Amino acid sequence: MERAGRAHARGCAGRERRPVSPFAAALRKDLLLQWRTRAQLIAVFVFGASALLLFSFAIGPNAAALRQHSAGFLWLALLLASTLALADSFESEMAQRALEGLLLLPADPRALYYGKAVANLLQLTLLGAGLVPVMVVLYDASTARVPALLGIIVLGAAGLSAPGTLYAAMTAQVRARNTLLPLLLFPLVVPALLAAVKATALLILGDPMGQLAAWTMLLVAFDAVYWSLCGLVFERVVED
Amino acid sequence: MGKSGWPFVVGGLGLALLLWGSTWGLFFAPRETYMGEVQRIMYVHVPTAWNAMLVLSFAFVCALVSLLRGGWAWDARLEAAIEAGVVLSGLVCIQGSIWARPTWGVWWDWDPRLTTTAVLLFAFGGILALRQFVDDPVKRAVWSAVAVVIAYADVPLVYFSVRWWNSLHQVQSTPETVSRAFHWPLRINAFGVLFLMAGLVELRARLAWLRREAEIAPPPPPSRVAAVAGATPPPYGGPSTGGTPPPYGAPSTGGKPPPYGGPSTGGKR
Repeated sequence: MERAGRAHARGCAGRERRPVSPFAAALRKDLLLQWRTRAQLIAVFVFGASALLLFSFAIGPNAAALRQHSAGFLWLALLLASTLALADSFESEMAQRALEGLLLLPADPRALYYGKAVANLLQLTLLGAGLVPVMVVLYDASTARVPALLGIIVLGAAGLSAPGTLYAAMTAQVRARNTLLPLLLFPLVVPALLAAVKATALLILGDPMGQLAAWTMLLVAFDAVYWSLCGLVFERVVED
Repeated sequence: MGKSGWPFVVGGLGLALLLWGSTWGLFFAPRETYMGEVQRIMYVHVPTAWNAMLVLSFAFVCALVSLLRGGWAWDARLEAAIEAGVVLSGLVCIQGSIWARPTWGVWWDWDPRLTTTAVLLFAFGGILALRQFVDDPVKRAVWSAVAVVIAYADVPLVYFSVRWWNSLHQVQSTPETVSRAFHWPLRINAFGVLFLMAGLVELRARLAWLRREAEIAPPPPPSRVAAVAGATPPPYGGPSTGGTPPPYGAPSTGGKPPPYGGPSTGGKR
Protein backbone atom coordinates (compact mmCIF):
# COMPACT_ATOMS: atom_id res chain seq x y z
CA MET A 1 0.00 0.00 0.00
CA GLU A 2 2.82 2.31 1.00
CA ARG A 3 4.77 1.31 -2.13
CA ALA A 4 1.77 2.07 -4.32
CA GLY A 5 1.42 5.45 -2.69
CA ARG A 6 5.09 6.24 -3.33
CA ALA A 7 4.70 5.16 -6.96
CA HIS A 8 1.65 7.39 -7.32
CA ALA A 9 3.56 10.32 -5.80
CA ARG A 10 6.48 9.67 -8.18
CA GLY A 11 4.03 9.59 -11.11
CA CYS A 12 2.45 12.86 -10.04
CA ALA A 13 5.86 14.44 -9.56
CA GLY A 14 6.87 13.20 -13.01
CA ARG A 15 3.81 14.77 -14.56
CA GLU A 16 4.54 18.04 -12.79
CA ARG A 17 8.08 18.11 -14.12
CA ARG A 18 6.84 17.72 -17.70
CA PRO A 19 4.25 20.45 -18.35
CA VAL A 20 1.90 19.97 -21.26
CA SER A 21 2.29 22.61 -23.96
CA PRO A 22 -0.77 24.82 -24.61
CA PHE A 23 -0.94 23.51 -28.17
CA ALA A 24 -0.97 19.87 -27.04
CA ALA A 25 -3.62 20.65 -24.41
CA ALA A 26 -5.80 22.48 -26.96
CA LEU A 27 -5.39 19.68 -29.50
CA ARG A 28 -6.23 17.04 -26.89
CA LYS A 29 -9.33 18.99 -25.85
CA ASP A 30 -10.56 19.34 -29.44
CA LEU A 31 -9.88 15.71 -30.33
CA LEU A 32 -11.69 14.64 -27.16
CA LEU A 33 -14.64 16.87 -28.10
CA GLN A 34 -14.71 15.37 -31.59
CA TRP A 35 -14.54 11.84 -30.18
CA ARG A 36 -17.40 12.50 -27.79
CA THR A 37 -19.55 13.92 -30.59
CA ARG A 38 -18.55 11.28 -33.13
CA ALA A 39 -22.18 10.83 -34.17
CA GLN A 40 -21.82 14.28 -35.71
CA LEU A 41 -18.83 13.12 -37.79
CA ILE A 42 -20.80 10.10 -38.98
CA ALA A 43 -23.67 12.40 -40.01
CA VAL A 44 -21.24 14.65 -41.92
CA PHE A 45 -19.78 11.57 -43.65
CA VAL A 46 -23.26 10.44 -44.69
CA PHE A 47 -23.88 13.95 -46.02
CA GLY A 48 -20.67 13.76 -48.11
CA ALA A 49 -21.55 10.29 -49.42
CA SER A 50 -25.06 11.52 -50.35
CA ALA A 51 -23.49 14.43 -52.23
CA LEU A 52 -21.27 11.96 -54.15
CA LEU A 53 -24.35 9.94 -55.03
CA LEU A 54 -26.27 13.03 -56.19
CA PHE A 55 -23.41 14.34 -58.36
CA SER A 56 -23.66 11.18 -60.48
CA PHE A 57 -27.24 12.05 -61.38
CA ALA A 58 -26.01 15.35 -62.86
CA ILE A 59 -23.78 13.45 -65.32
CA GLY A 60 -26.00 10.46 -66.08
CA PRO A 61 -25.11 6.77 -66.25
CA ASN A 62 -22.03 7.30 -68.38
CA ALA A 63 -19.27 5.32 -66.67
CA ALA A 64 -16.40 6.98 -68.58
CA ALA A 65 -17.66 10.51 -67.87
CA LEU A 66 -18.27 9.71 -64.20
CA ARG A 67 -14.74 8.34 -63.82
CA GLN A 68 -13.30 11.40 -65.55
CA HIS A 69 -15.08 13.78 -63.16
CA SER A 70 -14.69 11.65 -60.03
CA ALA A 71 -11.86 13.75 -58.52
CA GLY A 72 -13.90 16.94 -58.81
CA PHE A 73 -16.92 15.26 -57.24
CA LEU A 74 -14.82 13.92 -54.35
CA TRP A 75 -13.43 17.35 -53.50
CA LEU A 76 -16.76 19.12 -53.92
CA ALA A 77 -18.36 16.61 -51.55
CA LEU A 78 -15.52 17.13 -49.08
CA LEU A 79 -15.77 20.93 -49.40
CA LEU A 80 -19.53 20.91 -48.77
CA ALA A 81 -19.16 18.51 -45.84
CA SER A 82 -16.27 20.56 -44.45
CA THR A 83 -18.49 23.60 -43.93
CA LEU A 84 -20.68 21.52 -41.60
CA ALA A 85 -17.71 20.11 -39.71
CA LEU A 86 -15.91 23.47 -39.44
CA ALA A 87 -19.01 25.36 -38.32
CA ASP A 88 -19.51 22.80 -35.55
CA SER A 89 -15.93 23.12 -34.37
CA PHE A 90 -16.61 26.47 -32.66
CA GLU A 91 -20.17 25.66 -31.60
CA SER A 92 -19.08 24.18 -28.28
CA GLU A 93 -16.77 27.16 -27.60
CA MET A 94 -19.71 29.55 -27.87
CA ALA A 95 -21.84 27.60 -25.36
CA GLN A 96 -21.69 29.20 -21.92
CA ARG A 97 -18.99 31.60 -23.20
CA ALA A 98 -16.35 28.87 -23.08
CA LEU A 99 -14.14 30.76 -25.55
CA GLU A 100 -13.78 33.66 -23.12
CA GLY A 101 -12.70 31.21 -20.45
CA LEU A 102 -10.12 29.71 -22.78
CA LEU A 103 -8.76 33.14 -23.66
CA LEU A 104 -8.29 33.92 -19.97
CA LEU A 105 -5.84 31.03 -19.67
CA PRO A 106 -2.16 32.03 -19.51
CA ALA A 107 -1.57 30.65 -23.00
CA ASP A 108 -0.92 32.12 -26.41
CA PRO A 109 -4.22 32.26 -28.37
CA ARG A 110 -2.32 30.89 -31.35
CA ALA A 111 -2.01 27.58 -29.49
CA LEU A 112 -5.82 27.46 -29.34
CA TYR A 113 -6.02 28.19 -33.07
CA TYR A 114 -3.45 25.60 -34.10
CA GLY A 115 -4.96 23.02 -31.75
CA LYS A 116 -8.38 23.45 -33.32
CA ALA A 117 -7.03 23.71 -36.87
CA VAL A 118 -5.03 20.47 -36.52
CA ALA A 119 -8.06 18.73 -34.99
CA ASN A 120 -10.15 19.93 -37.95
CA LEU A 121 -7.42 18.80 -40.35
CA LEU A 122 -7.50 15.30 -38.85
CA GLN A 123 -11.30 15.23 -39.00
CA LEU A 124 -11.39 16.34 -42.65
CA THR A 125 -8.63 13.87 -43.56
CA LEU A 126 -10.64 11.09 -41.98
CA LEU A 127 -13.72 12.29 -43.84
CA GLY A 128 -11.85 12.46 -47.18
CA ALA A 129 -10.29 9.04 -46.66
CA GLY A 130 -13.76 7.66 -45.85
CA LEU A 131 -15.27 9.17 -49.00
CA VAL A 132 -12.61 7.61 -51.29
CA PRO A 133 -14.12 4.06 -51.16
CA VAL A 134 -17.56 5.56 -51.92
CA MET A 135 -16.03 7.33 -54.95
CA VAL A 136 -14.32 4.11 -56.08
CA VAL A 137 -17.59 2.15 -55.85
CA LEU A 138 -19.82 4.78 -57.48
CA TYR A 139 -17.46 6.01 -60.23
CA ASP A 140 -15.05 3.10 -60.70
CA ALA A 141 -12.25 5.55 -59.97
CA SER A 142 -9.57 3.47 -58.29
CA THR A 143 -5.86 4.18 -58.10
CA ALA A 144 -2.86 2.06 -57.24
CA ARG A 145 -1.10 5.06 -55.65
CA VAL A 146 -3.07 5.03 -52.39
CA PRO A 147 -0.35 6.66 -50.18
CA ALA A 148 0.00 9.52 -52.70
CA LEU A 149 -3.79 9.97 -52.73
CA LEU A 150 -3.82 10.04 -48.94
CA GLY A 151 -1.05 12.67 -49.03
CA ILE A 152 -3.10 14.86 -51.40
CA ILE A 153 -6.14 14.46 -49.12
CA VAL A 154 -4.04 15.58 -46.12
CA LEU A 155 -2.71 18.62 -48.02
CA GLY A 156 -6.16 19.52 -49.40
CA ALA A 157 -7.78 19.10 -45.97
CA ALA A 158 -5.06 21.35 -44.54
CA GLY A 159 -5.95 23.96 -47.17
CA LEU A 160 -9.60 23.83 -46.08
CA SER A 161 -9.03 23.69 -42.34
CA ALA A 162 -6.58 26.63 -41.91
CA PRO A 163 -8.82 29.43 -43.27
CA GLY A 164 -11.95 27.44 -42.36
CA THR A 165 -11.05 27.38 -38.66
CA LEU A 166 -10.35 31.12 -38.65
CA TYR A 167 -13.61 31.96 -40.43
CA ALA A 168 -15.52 29.54 -38.19
CA ALA A 169 -14.20 31.52 -35.18
CA MET A 170 -15.71 34.68 -36.72
CA THR A 171 -18.99 33.30 -38.02
CA ALA A 172 -19.77 31.34 -34.85
CA GLN A 173 -20.25 34.68 -33.10
CA VAL A 174 -22.64 36.28 -35.61
CA ARG A 175 -26.09 35.87 -37.06
CA ALA A 176 -26.54 33.80 -40.26
CA ARG A 177 -23.41 31.77 -39.43
CA ASN A 178 -24.43 28.89 -41.71
CA THR A 179 -24.59 31.21 -44.69
CA LEU A 180 -21.53 33.29 -43.94
CA LEU A 181 -18.98 30.50 -43.51
CA PRO A 182 -19.33 29.08 -47.05
CA LEU A 183 -19.70 32.60 -48.45
CA LEU A 184 -16.29 33.54 -47.05
CA LEU A 185 -14.56 30.19 -47.43
CA PHE A 186 -15.52 29.03 -50.92
CA PRO A 187 -13.90 31.84 -52.97
CA LEU A 188 -10.79 31.73 -50.79
CA VAL A 189 -10.07 28.02 -51.23
CA VAL A 190 -10.33 28.07 -55.04
CA PRO A 191 -6.55 27.52 -55.54
CA ALA A 192 -6.45 24.66 -53.00
CA LEU A 193 -9.55 23.06 -54.50
CA LEU A 194 -8.20 23.39 -58.03
CA ALA A 195 -4.82 21.91 -57.10
CA ALA A 196 -6.37 19.08 -55.07
CA VAL A 197 -8.81 18.16 -57.87
CA LYS A 198 -6.07 18.19 -60.52
CA ALA A 199 -3.66 16.16 -58.37
CA THR A 200 -6.36 13.59 -57.51
CA ALA A 201 -7.44 13.35 -61.15
CA LEU A 202 -3.83 12.76 -62.21
CA LEU A 203 -3.55 9.93 -59.67
CA ILE A 204 -6.79 8.32 -60.89
CA LEU A 205 -6.54 8.90 -64.64
CA GLY A 206 -2.75 8.81 -65.06
CA ASP A 207 -0.04 11.45 -65.27
CA PRO A 208 1.73 11.13 -68.64
CA MET A 209 3.09 14.73 -68.53
CA GLY A 210 4.40 14.52 -64.95
CA GLN A 211 2.24 17.39 -63.65
CA LEU A 212 1.53 15.93 -60.21
CA ALA A 213 4.54 17.57 -58.54
CA ALA A 214 3.54 21.07 -59.75
CA TRP A 215 -0.02 20.79 -58.40
CA THR A 216 1.27 19.30 -55.14
CA MET A 217 3.66 22.25 -54.77
CA LEU A 218 0.77 24.67 -55.30
CA LEU A 219 -1.14 22.91 -52.50
CA VAL A 220 1.92 23.09 -50.26
CA ALA A 221 2.33 26.82 -51.04
CA PHE A 222 -1.35 27.50 -50.26
CA ASP A 223 -1.07 25.59 -46.99
CA ALA A 224 2.14 27.39 -46.01
CA VAL A 225 0.61 30.83 -46.68
CA TYR A 226 -2.64 30.20 -44.82
CA TRP A 227 -1.32 28.15 -41.90
CA SER A 228 1.08 30.97 -41.08
CA LEU A 229 -1.17 33.95 -41.91
CA CYS A 230 -4.27 32.64 -40.11
CA GLY A 231 -2.22 31.82 -37.02
CA LEU A 232 -0.87 35.36 -37.00
CA VAL A 233 -4.25 37.07 -37.14
CA PHE A 234 -6.28 34.66 -34.97
CA GLU A 235 -5.60 36.63 -31.80
CA ARG A 236 -7.17 39.75 -33.31
CA VAL A 237 -10.27 37.77 -34.32
CA VAL A 238 -11.02 36.41 -30.85
CA GLU A 239 -9.88 39.35 -28.74
CA ASP A 240 -12.58 41.42 -27.03
CA MET B 1 -10.80 67.04 -44.37
CA GLY B 2 -14.19 65.83 -43.40
CA LYS B 3 -16.26 68.55 -45.02
CA SER B 4 -14.15 69.79 -47.93
CA GLY B 5 -15.65 69.58 -51.39
CA TRP B 6 -12.68 68.01 -53.19
CA PRO B 7 -14.45 64.65 -53.77
CA PHE B 8 -17.12 66.47 -55.79
CA VAL B 9 -14.46 68.31 -57.82
CA VAL B 10 -12.38 65.17 -58.43
CA GLY B 11 -15.44 63.02 -59.11
CA GLY B 12 -16.85 65.61 -61.51
CA LEU B 13 -13.49 65.83 -63.29
CA GLY B 14 -13.45 62.02 -63.53
CA LEU B 15 -16.95 61.96 -64.98
CA ALA B 16 -16.02 64.63 -67.55
CA LEU B 17 -12.86 62.71 -68.52
CA LEU B 18 -14.86 59.51 -68.80
CA LEU B 19 -17.38 61.17 -71.11
CA TRP B 20 -14.60 62.69 -73.21
CA GLY B 21 -12.61 59.46 -73.48
CA SER B 22 -15.69 57.36 -74.23
CA THR B 23 -16.90 59.77 -76.93
CA TRP B 24 -13.43 59.71 -78.49
CA GLY B 25 -13.28 55.94 -78.29
CA LEU B 26 -16.79 55.39 -79.64
CA PHE B 27 -16.87 57.91 -82.47
CA PHE B 28 -13.36 59.14 -83.36
CA ALA B 29 -10.88 56.33 -82.66
CA PRO B 30 -10.16 54.10 -85.69
CA ARG B 31 -11.94 50.78 -86.10
CA GLU B 32 -9.87 47.77 -85.04
CA THR B 33 -8.94 45.55 -87.98
CA TYR B 34 -9.76 42.08 -86.59
CA MET B 35 -12.35 42.58 -83.85
CA GLY B 36 -14.22 45.46 -85.48
CA GLU B 37 -16.57 47.65 -83.47
CA VAL B 38 -16.69 45.31 -80.46
CA GLN B 39 -13.11 46.29 -79.63
CA ARG B 40 -14.38 49.72 -78.52
CA ILE B 41 -15.53 48.21 -75.21
CA MET B 42 -11.80 48.09 -74.38
CA TYR B 43 -11.95 51.84 -73.64
CA VAL B 44 -14.07 51.16 -70.55
CA HIS B 45 -13.22 47.52 -69.83
CA VAL B 46 -9.46 47.94 -69.43
CA PRO B 47 -9.63 51.13 -67.28
CA THR B 48 -12.28 49.46 -65.10
CA ALA B 49 -10.08 46.39 -64.64
CA TRP B 50 -7.00 48.49 -63.75
CA ASN B 51 -8.96 50.56 -61.24
CA ALA B 52 -10.68 47.51 -59.75
CA MET B 53 -7.28 46.07 -58.85
CA LEU B 54 -6.13 49.49 -57.64
CA VAL B 55 -9.07 50.01 -55.29
CA LEU B 56 -8.83 46.45 -53.94
CA SER B 57 -5.14 47.09 -53.28
CA PHE B 58 -6.17 50.28 -51.47
CA ALA B 59 -8.62 48.18 -49.42
CA PHE B 60 -5.70 45.91 -48.49
CA VAL B 61 -3.65 48.93 -47.36
CA CYS B 62 -6.63 50.26 -45.35
CA ALA B 63 -7.04 46.81 -43.75
CA LEU B 64 -3.36 46.66 -42.78
CA VAL B 65 -3.37 50.19 -41.31
CA SER B 66 -6.68 49.48 -39.57
CA LEU B 67 -5.22 46.33 -37.98
CA LEU B 68 -1.86 47.83 -37.04
CA ARG B 69 -2.87 51.33 -35.96
CA GLY B 70 -6.62 51.17 -35.51
CA GLY B 71 -8.87 54.19 -36.04
CA TRP B 72 -12.39 54.53 -37.30
CA ALA B 73 -11.38 56.62 -40.31
CA TRP B 74 -9.44 53.67 -41.77
CA ASP B 75 -12.40 51.38 -41.15
CA ALA B 76 -14.63 53.84 -43.01
CA ARG B 77 -12.14 53.95 -45.91
CA LEU B 78 -11.94 50.16 -45.86
CA GLU B 79 -15.71 49.86 -46.15
CA ALA B 80 -15.77 52.34 -49.04
CA ALA B 81 -12.88 50.64 -50.86
CA ILE B 82 -14.44 47.16 -50.53
CA GLU B 83 -17.73 48.41 -51.97
CA ALA B 84 -16.02 50.22 -54.84
CA GLY B 85 -13.89 47.14 -55.52
CA VAL B 86 -16.95 44.88 -55.63
CA VAL B 87 -18.79 47.25 -57.98
CA LEU B 88 -15.79 47.64 -60.32
CA SER B 89 -15.04 43.88 -60.29
CA GLY B 90 -18.68 43.18 -61.15
CA LEU B 91 -18.49 45.69 -64.00
CA VAL B 92 -15.28 44.05 -65.28
CA CYS B 93 -17.00 40.64 -65.36
CA ILE B 94 -20.07 42.04 -67.16
CA GLN B 95 -18.00 44.00 -69.69
CA GLY B 96 -15.73 40.99 -70.22
CA SER B 97 -18.75 38.78 -70.95
CA ILE B 98 -20.17 41.32 -73.42
CA TRP B 99 -16.79 41.41 -75.18
CA ALA B 100 -16.18 37.63 -75.01
CA ARG B 101 -19.42 36.57 -76.68
CA PRO B 102 -18.72 38.02 -80.15
CA THR B 103 -14.93 37.58 -79.84
CA TRP B 104 -14.53 34.08 -78.39
CA GLY B 105 -18.08 32.80 -79.02
CA VAL B 106 -18.79 32.26 -75.31
CA TRP B 107 -20.09 34.50 -72.52
CA TRP B 108 -17.52 33.27 -70.06
CA ASP B 109 -14.07 31.76 -70.26
CA TRP B 110 -11.89 30.41 -67.48
CA ASP B 111 -9.08 32.78 -68.23
CA PRO B 112 -6.73 33.59 -65.30
CA ARG B 113 -7.50 37.31 -65.13
CA LEU B 114 -11.26 36.92 -65.62
CA THR B 115 -11.45 34.07 -63.10
CA THR B 116 -9.27 35.93 -60.58
CA THR B 117 -11.57 38.95 -60.88
CA ALA B 118 -14.64 36.75 -60.38
CA VAL B 119 -13.06 35.08 -57.33
CA LEU B 120 -12.19 38.51 -55.90
CA LEU B 121 -15.74 39.69 -56.58
CA PHE B 122 -17.16 36.80 -54.55
CA ALA B 123 -14.49 37.00 -51.84
CA PHE B 124 -14.96 40.74 -51.23
CA GLY B 125 -18.75 40.41 -51.65
CA GLY B 126 -18.61 37.85 -48.81
CA ILE B 127 -16.70 40.36 -46.67
CA LEU B 128 -19.40 42.97 -47.32
CA ALA B 129 -21.97 40.39 -46.20
CA LEU B 130 -19.89 39.72 -43.08
CA ARG B 131 -19.94 43.44 -42.25
CA GLN B 132 -23.73 43.43 -42.50
CA PHE B 133 -24.10 40.61 -39.98
CA VAL B 134 -21.72 41.80 -37.25
CA ASP B 135 -23.43 44.16 -34.81
CA ASP B 136 -20.41 45.11 -32.70
CA PRO B 137 -18.57 47.89 -34.63
CA VAL B 138 -15.16 47.00 -33.18
CA LYS B 139 -15.48 43.34 -34.14
CA ARG B 140 -16.84 44.37 -37.54
CA ALA B 141 -13.80 46.57 -38.18
CA VAL B 142 -11.24 43.99 -37.06
CA TRP B 143 -12.85 40.99 -38.72
CA SER B 144 -13.39 42.68 -42.05
CA ALA B 145 -9.77 43.94 -42.02
CA VAL B 146 -8.56 40.40 -41.27
CA ALA B 147 -10.78 38.96 -44.02
CA VAL B 148 -9.48 41.53 -46.54
CA VAL B 149 -5.84 40.69 -45.72
CA ILE B 150 -6.60 36.98 -46.10
CA ALA B 151 -8.55 37.44 -49.35
CA TYR B 152 -5.88 39.70 -50.86
CA ALA B 153 -3.16 37.15 -50.08
CA ASP B 154 -5.14 34.75 -52.27
CA VAL B 155 -4.81 36.88 -55.43
CA PRO B 156 -1.45 35.51 -56.69
CA LEU B 157 -2.43 31.95 -55.76
CA VAL B 158 -5.73 32.17 -57.64
CA TYR B 159 -4.05 33.82 -60.63
CA PHE B 160 -1.30 31.24 -60.99
CA SER B 161 -3.54 28.24 -60.27
CA VAL B 162 -6.03 29.27 -62.95
CA ARG B 163 -3.18 30.18 -65.32
CA TRP B 164 -1.83 26.63 -65.03
CA TRP B 165 -5.32 25.26 -65.37
CA ASN B 166 -6.37 27.14 -68.48
CA SER B 167 -5.43 30.21 -70.47
CA LEU B 168 -7.10 31.87 -73.43
CA HIS B 169 -7.12 35.60 -72.70
CA GLN B 170 -5.19 37.74 -75.09
CA VAL B 171 -2.07 39.53 -73.96
CA GLN B 172 -2.78 42.15 -71.32
CA SER B 173 -3.59 45.56 -72.80
CA THR B 174 -0.85 48.11 -72.13
CA PRO B 175 0.28 51.09 -74.21
CA GLU B 176 2.94 48.77 -75.69
CA THR B 177 0.41 46.15 -76.87
CA VAL B 178 -2.17 48.62 -78.17
CA SER B 179 -1.82 50.67 -81.35
CA ARG B 180 -0.88 54.34 -80.83
CA ALA B 181 -4.20 55.37 -82.38
CA PHE B 182 -6.01 53.84 -79.38
CA HIS B 183 -3.76 55.29 -76.67
CA TRP B 184 -5.48 58.58 -75.85
CA PRO B 185 -9.07 57.43 -75.27
CA LEU B 186 -7.70 54.54 -73.16
CA ARG B 187 -5.54 56.86 -71.03
CA ILE B 188 -8.26 59.50 -70.65
CA ASN B 189 -10.77 56.87 -69.53
CA ALA B 190 -8.23 55.29 -67.15
CA PHE B 191 -7.81 58.64 -65.37
CA GLY B 192 -11.55 59.31 -65.66
CA VAL B 193 -12.42 56.08 -63.83
CA LEU B 194 -9.61 56.74 -61.32
CA PHE B 195 -10.81 60.25 -60.44
CA LEU B 196 -14.49 59.25 -60.36
CA MET B 197 -13.65 56.29 -58.14
CA ALA B 198 -11.48 58.41 -55.81
CA GLY B 199 -14.28 60.95 -55.36
CA LEU B 200 -16.91 58.28 -54.77
CA VAL B 201 -14.71 56.31 -52.35
CA GLU B 202 -14.07 59.44 -50.28
CA LEU B 203 -17.78 60.32 -50.21
CA ARG B 204 -18.68 56.74 -49.29
CA ALA B 205 -16.03 56.77 -46.56
CA ARG B 206 -17.57 59.95 -45.10
CA LEU B 207 -20.99 58.30 -45.16
CA ALA B 208 -19.57 55.23 -43.40
CA TRP B 209 -17.93 57.56 -40.85
CA LEU B 210 -21.25 59.32 -40.14
CA ARG B 211 -22.98 55.97 -39.68
CA ARG B 212 -20.22 54.80 -37.33
CA GLU B 213 -20.56 58.06 -35.42
CA ALA B 214 -24.27 57.49 -34.91
CA GLU B 215 -23.60 53.87 -33.96
CA ILE B 216 -20.90 54.41 -31.37
CA ALA B 217 -21.63 57.91 -30.04
CA PRO B 218 -21.80 57.76 -26.26
CA PRO B 219 -25.19 58.46 -24.69
CA PRO B 220 -25.73 62.09 -23.62
CA PRO B 221 -24.68 62.86 -20.05
CA PRO B 222 -27.48 62.55 -17.41
CA SER B 223 -27.44 66.33 -16.76
CA ARG B 224 -28.18 66.98 -20.47
CA VAL B 225 -30.94 64.37 -20.44
CA ALA B 226 -32.48 65.97 -17.36
CA ALA B 227 -32.25 69.41 -18.95
CA VAL B 228 -34.12 68.39 -22.07
CA ALA B 229 -36.53 65.97 -20.34
CA GLY B 230 -39.24 68.56 -19.95
CA ALA B 231 -38.50 70.43 -23.17
CA THR B 232 -40.07 69.78 -26.54
CA PRO B 233 -38.01 67.23 -28.47
CA PRO B 234 -36.09 68.70 -31.42
CA PRO B 235 -37.67 68.23 -34.85
CA TYR B 236 -36.69 65.22 -36.94
CA GLY B 237 -33.33 65.94 -38.53
CA GLY B 238 -32.70 68.74 -36.08
CA PRO B 239 -29.45 69.14 -34.12
CA SER B 240 -28.54 66.21 -31.93
CA THR B 241 -28.64 66.69 -28.18
CA GLY B 242 -25.73 64.29 -27.59
CA GLY B 243 -22.01 65.07 -27.58
CA THR B 244 -20.48 65.99 -30.96
CA PRO B 245 -18.21 63.22 -32.23
CA PRO B 246 -14.84 64.26 -33.69
CA PRO B 247 -14.70 65.10 -37.39
CA TYR B 248 -13.87 62.37 -39.88
CA GLY B 249 -10.14 61.76 -40.07
CA ALA B 250 -9.37 63.93 -37.06
CA PRO B 251 -7.38 62.48 -34.17
CA SER B 252 -9.58 61.00 -31.50
CA THR B 253 -10.38 63.29 -28.62
CA GLY B 254 -11.24 61.86 -25.25
CA GLY B 255 -14.84 61.08 -24.38
CA LYS B 256 -15.95 60.75 -28.00
CA PRO B 257 -16.33 57.48 -29.98
CA PRO B 258 -14.02 55.00 -28.30
CA PRO B 259 -10.91 54.17 -30.31
CA TYR B 260 -10.48 50.60 -31.34
CA GLY B 261 -7.69 48.26 -32.31
CA GLY B 262 -4.14 49.14 -32.87
CA PRO B 263 -1.43 46.60 -32.32
CA SER B 264 -2.11 44.03 -29.68
CA THR B 265 -0.63 44.87 -26.33
CA GLY B 266 0.59 41.40 -25.58
CA GLY B 267 0.65 37.91 -26.97
CA LYS B 268 -0.18 36.21 -23.71
CA ARG B 269 -3.34 36.64 -21.77
